[in-house]
Amino acid sequence: MQLIAENLACDRGDTRIFEGVSFALKSGEGMLVTGPNGAGKSSLLRVVAGFLPAAAGTVACDGNDIAQFSHYLGPQNGMKPALTVAENLEFWQNYFGIADFSIVAALERVGLSHVHHVPYSDLSTGQKRRIAIARLFLNHRPIWLLDEPTSGLDGHAEEVFAGIVSDHMKAGGIVVAATHLPIDVDGMKMLRFAERAL
Amino acid sequence: MTALLIRDIKLGIRAGGGALIGILFYLAIVAVTPFAMGPDLNLLARIGPAVLWTGALLASLLGLERLFQIDREDGALDLLVLNRHEIALSMAVFSKCLAHWITTGLPLVLVTPLLGLLLNMSVDAMFATALTLLIGTPAITFIGAVGAAVAVSLPRGGLLVSVLILPLVIPVLIFGVMASYGAVVDGAPFRAPILLLTALMLLFAVLGPLAAGYALRNVGD
Repeated sequence: MQLIAENLACDRGDTRIFEGVSFALKSGEGMLVTGPNGAGKSSLLRVVAGFLPAAAGTVACDGNDIAQFSHYLGPQNGMKPALTVAENLEFWQNYFGIADFSIVAALERVGLSHVHHVPYSDLSTGQKRRIAIARLFLNHRPIWLLDEPTSGLDGHAEEVFAGIVSDHMKAGGIVVAATHLPIDVDGMKMLRFAERAL
Repeated sequence: MTALLIRDIKLGIRAGGGALIGILFYLAIVAVTPFAMGPDLNLLARIGPAVLWTGALLASLLGLERLFQIDREDGALDLLVLNRHEIALSMAVFSKCLAHWITTGLPLVLVTPLLGLLLNMSVDAMFATALTLLIGTPAITFIGAVGAAVAVSLPRGGLLVSVLILPLVIPVLIFGVMASYGAVVDGAPFRAPILLLTALMLLFAVLGPLAAGYALRNVGD
């Protein structure tokens, strides 16, 4: 499995956010997208996921649309405050098709097995983020697109998350993470956006 | 798909009070009409179905703009779009519409016979109007989904949604009221308008989700 982006460009209104971005990632490889605020990290991820149209260039996984192989973790968590943690995760697991991991096991992986029946709204910011991370395990998708995945996490949770990312890559997954905080995983490629001249 | 339907019904019941607001608004419209019309009971009974239909129509426009906006704000809409190969976006829209109708439209239908009492309507007329609303209100939701999808990224799109979809719901209103009259007034047609109303509902049940799905797919940012 290979994720290939060629010569990607993205426009927001009349402004070109970035252009000429190319990269290729094979199974087991990851890439960190870094750069200052407003440089286009999130936009790159949204173009790769297919939420934003690419102004130029293509992105594909073995010639197919990558959405069907991907998990996307955006700046928002995609969970409903009125439902419990378990209800939220059950919903996404059912919606994304074939279940791969039990909800209990996924919660254990992020160290939150005790919040199973707590309403999502009662969790702290960091806990909410960890529940959103737990969603990535529920259904197997080889490509993970992560936008500021560690925002709101404390030091320990960041380490756990680095372990999760590294395990996913070892199992043959592909990770693309946009972040301004480096994630401590060996062997990640780097894509650096420079400060944009206005 | 069923998962989305069940989740949205749960949310509608737990998080909203949306149904109650709709019913109160419906009640307000129906309750003030007799005061505006004066004490002519026969006139009230005659215009009863039209008043009920107008009230239900306006009440079901309430809250429509939140149909996709909440999912957009909390990031869930991105995930629905991402998963479009597993479950087509138009099917997701269909599920959401159905859940929205069950939690906001169906309660309006259920209270219609009660509100008919305020308008001095006969029992037949009340239940005929409730029946036509049962068929007609889903159509309003399916049309509304298109407006809600187009206006999803606008912070205050509520009125815009209503203005966008009103021209499309006018035929539903016309056939709905016509069928309600047909059920109680001798010589007025019943079969034709209720079949047309059903046809409109089925047509919009297909077209609405397709168009809304297309709009959501291309909403960008």
